[in-house]
Amino acid sequence: MTETLIWTVAALILVGVYLSWTAGRLDRLHTRIDAARAALDAQLLRRASVTQELATSGVLDPAASIVLYEAAHAARQAEEDHREVAESELSQALRAVFGEPEQVELVREAPGGEEAAGELAAAVRRVPMARRFHNDAVRAARALRRHRKVRWFRLAGHAPFPMAFEMDDEPPVALADRPS
Amino acid sequence: MRIGIVCPYSWDVPGGVQFHIRDLAEHLIRLGHEVSVLAPADDDTPLPPYVVSAGRAVPVSYNGSVARLSFGFLSAARVRRWLHDGTFDVVHIHEPTSPSLGLLTCWAAQGPIVATFHTSNPRSRAMLAAYPILQPALEKISARIAVSEYARRTLVEHLGGDAVVIPNGVDVDFFAGAEPKAEWQGETLGFIGRIDEPRKGLPVLMKALPRILTERPGARLLVAGRGDEEEAVATLPPGMRSRVEFLGMVSDEDKARLLRSVDVYVAPNTGGESFGIILVEALSAGAPVLAADLDAFAQVLDQGAAGELFANEDADALADAAVRLLADPARRAELSARGSAHVRRFDWSTVGADVLAVYETVTDGAAAVDTDERTGGLRARLGL
Repeated sequence: MTETLIWTVAALILVGVYLSWTAGRLDRLHTRIDAARAALDAQLLRRASVTQELATSGVLDPAASIVLYEAAHAARQAEEDHREVAESELSQALRAVFGEPEQVELVREAPGGEEAAGELAAAVRRVPMARRFHNDAVRAARALRRHRKVRWFRLAGHAPFPMAFEMDDEPPVALADRPS
Repeated sequence: MRIGIVCPYSWDVPGGVQFHIRDLAEHLIRLGHEVSVLAPADDDTPLPPYVVSAGRAVPVSYNGSVARLSFGFLSAARVRRWLHDGTFDVVHIHEPTSPSLGLLTCWAAQGPIVATFHTSNPRSRAMLAAYPILQPALEKISARIAVSEYARRTLVEHLGGDAVVIPNGVDVDFFAGAEPKAEWQGETLGFIGRIDEPRKGLPVLMKALPRILTERPGARLLVAGRGDEEEAVATLPPGMRSRVEFLGMVSDEDKARLLRSVDVYVAPNTGGESFGIILVEALSAGAPVLAADLDAFAQVLDQGAAGELFANEDADALADAAVRLLADPARRAELSARGSAHVRRFDWSTVGADVLAVYETVTDGAAAVDTDERTGGLRARLGL
């Protein structure tokens, strides 16, 4: 009788440790998602800011300036549930304006343009990176949260089910292409 | 930035991953970053100042060949101390799925962790069994880097998630500026790689060689790499054996000079390659390249635009292409020019900037790396 009791208690402790460890894993994943989301936000904001700077600098022709300004402004002001669309539209606007290498050259030749073009090139390359890292974290957390032990014991608490950030982040060829 | 890099394989034995880490560390140091590399190494091996030894590595049969790995209680303790003393902004682990320091670091660290996946193995039974053990460690990695689109695909298939593609880097100017050596010039084919490793493909080249040497009476083959030379030429007719020259292990300088000298560089590898750094080095030196059409090689060679491809393990196709190239100087010059332009994207200036961009992306808004107390055992977890 005592023996059975000891075994039961031991088993319960083991299960408890395992569940606490799993909760720790989940907590770490949520922290990772938060950091990745902050990094993605920073990159998106950087991209929109550089675009807006370029649009108001007078280096580009008026039509291109307006297209870029509108798209960058919309991306910065977008409500959370409209953000993915607005950011995708900014990507499309950037691709439309900087589709040709000549346009990039034109920006580079303007005073301070070399720097601005470099910043924009860095921003359009880093947005897809940050988004990939974010969605990778989201996938890992979702996989763990779907597991029985997490659902049955409600290890995730009240944390919202993580959502991937889906957008068109294809950079303009002329800007993102590597030296050739 | 304070950067910690973890090398899973022994520093004593040269290999692709080790060279990559050495070049990356030196590139980052030149840019003014503080870099510390943790690697298994024998006590008496002279180490560069930025390398910290994690103790002796044990030879273990792993992934089809013998790898020198580091694991166990002592290694884990050294990893924890290195992490604790280093106070790194970011830790960059190489090959995190190999049972060595990379995995131990994943286990022991928290904070921004970047990992580079070098190999692209088909899913093995061992990996399948290890998956539940690996997963909790791998999910700590904030950013994954794959060395090629091919490596990324296998990574996504086997472990899920996603990765960014950053190719391995090469110091292009080192190879482009090397002095050709007269005795290695004049209708020469070049091969660099372990002679006794069948996956490097020397047997395929040996099968193709009789026809190449018959049709091009002036041609020679230069082989650089370790292995049994007698055994390698055993399949050749005795009269032809003198036209294969073995150079043994060559230094980096001689490797560059060899690549600058040869008329055609041949890469007959039959598999197991996820990137193909040697092709990038050959392109840097302006050597016309003839390579097997492995996924990874086709990608480095821009699907055949920057070098010629032949059907993998097809000795006849290799012989045809080699004879054609040796007879056509104009085509060789064209390949050399295209290769030299194409290879710039693999230069450390480009690759290093991409790696730094990854570091900066993951450290944005994250705390520094520290030891993970949650894996410190029950005592730590209960707060004792």
